[in-house]
Amino acid sequence: MTTQNKARPIYLDYSATTPVDPRVAEKMIPWLTDNFGNPASRSHPYGWDAEQAVENARAEVAKLVNCDPKEIVWTSGATESDNLAIKGAAHFYKAKGKHLVTMKTEHKAVLDTMRELEREGFEVTYLDPEPNGLLDLEKFKAALRPDTIVVSIMLVNNEIGVIQPIEKIGEITRAKGIIFHVDAAQATGKVVIDLEKLKVDLMSFSAHKTYGPKGIGALYVRRKPRVRLEAQMHGGGHEKGLRSGTLPTHQIVGMGEAFRLARLEMATESERIRMLRDKLLAGIKDMEEVYVNGDLDHRVPHNLNVSFNFVEGESLIMGVKELAVSSGSACTSASLEPSYVLRALGRNDELAHSSIRFTLGRFTTEEDIDRTVRIIRERIGKLREMSPLWEMYKEGIDLNTVQWAAH
Amino acid sequence: MAYSDKVIDHYEHPRNVGSFGKDEPGVATGMVGAPACGDVMKLQIKVNKDGVIEDAKFKTYGCGSAIASSSLVTEWVKGKTVDEASTIKNTQIAQELALPPVKIHCSILAEDAIKAAIADYKKKYGNGEDAEKKAAD
Repeated sequence: MTTQNKARPIYLDYSATTPVDPRVAEKMIPWLTDNFGNPASRSHPYGWDAEQAVENARAEVAKLVNCDPKEIVWTSGATESDNLAIKGAAHFYKAKGKHLVTMKTEHKAVLDTMRELEREGFEVTYLDPEPNGLLDLEKFKAALRPDTIVVSIMLVNNEIGVIQPIEKIGEITRAKGIIFHVDAAQATGKVVIDLEKLKVDLMSFSAHKTYGPKGIGALYVRRKPRVRLEAQMHGGGHEKGLRSGTLPTHQIVGMGEAFRLARLEMATESERIRMLRDKLLAGIKDMEEVYVNGDLDHRVPHNLNVSFNFVEGESLIMGVKELAVSSGSACTSASLEPSYVLRALGRNDELAHSSIRFTLGRFTTEEDIDRTVRIIRERIGKLREMSPLWEMYKEGIDLNTVQWAAH
Repeated sequence: MAYSDKVIDHYEHPRNVGSFGKDEPGVATGMVGAPACGDVMKLQIKVNKDGVIEDAKFKTYGCGSAIASSSLVTEWVKGKTVDEASTIKNTQIAQELALPPVKIHCSILAEDAIKAAIADYKKKYGNGEDAEKKAAD
């Protein structure tokens, strides 16, 4: 059962997932029913038609990021792409060295893959971001070693939306012959990606963050200079042996159409969303003790991540239940664990806990933003009226000097 | 997290939010918890000359269960003598609000807040012999 008929909260969680654009859904449906062939079937038109659809979609994905369609490998999503890229490259090039470099603010799909490689005997350096969330290139250069084989840095951060300097990172890694992987799951349709210019060797994509269906993604694998990977999924030898498994034609058609629309509409859509995000920020930034997490300039327009001091995270989320947003506080789990991304920026536990991530998208309206501003101002005010910490702050007491009875 | 209806009611309509002036006669304050742990409760009681808590107020930084626990105890202590209030147990709070196991610490904190306020009262207004006598009447 869904909550379709009840009044649902305003959806401001587009970085968690996006709805499938109705134009995309329409294109997908015939490939579930009439055109159900297996694209690997070579002996009849059912297979030929499906194969043609898959190749058209591959060309659309390639066009959005300016690469050769032959460089695109279908996967089940960005998590699988990250696994294939990082494990595949580490396993293939392990004779050259066993050291990898990444950042503490990467997605878990990268961090947990790195942990697995550590268990296999690889060594990983996890770099701290600067307080604004960005990678310092000098610190990055200093972390590289003669035995470094793979670097993985995301293009757009999922929590704070900051854009990492991957163009400059690529120059450094290419000069040293290090494989450079970029998780671009949060970037497609939000920033221009030109793989002819960027010295990126492997790039992960997801459909469902860009108005396509869940369960489909892709990995870009550079051909010139050629990057080699060890397959992680074995079977019928699909995708040139890099990823076996029958191709889900309808999903692939959906991803192709979603990426085609992203290419055509990105410029105008980004400006509209930037206007809404700026309106949201303007509506709350004059409140006291509000902190924007992450750099505002090197950031996608879709993201605003804000901490409200002296308000506890779980009660904050409870207080804004008319909004579908994400919190830096793990309020749905038993453990009260603040966001590891905000902690890596140097935010203290209280600020990390009391953060809200607003992510805007294609179907966000100006009215949604106006209502959101009203709700935030009202509820934060109410919770602060109830907060002894706010009261002490207003009395001019420095909370760091208070002897707390820890429990 | 699914909250009980009672927790949601106290969260949405908290009872007795606020503060008494520190120098008001009969006022005592208990503050427990720590921001790093995610909960701070401030409970204030106003005790009349007969040793009866005639009013109580709270402010809480914490989750919905912490807010509900402190809101509930302000209702419970009102009308009780100081000694009667000191017998309130966290298990009663947890039961009344149907707190899940991961939220039991909120009820413990609320009990601690009552104890801290009463300790402050006894420190300010004597060792409580008068209050005991009155409770026995």
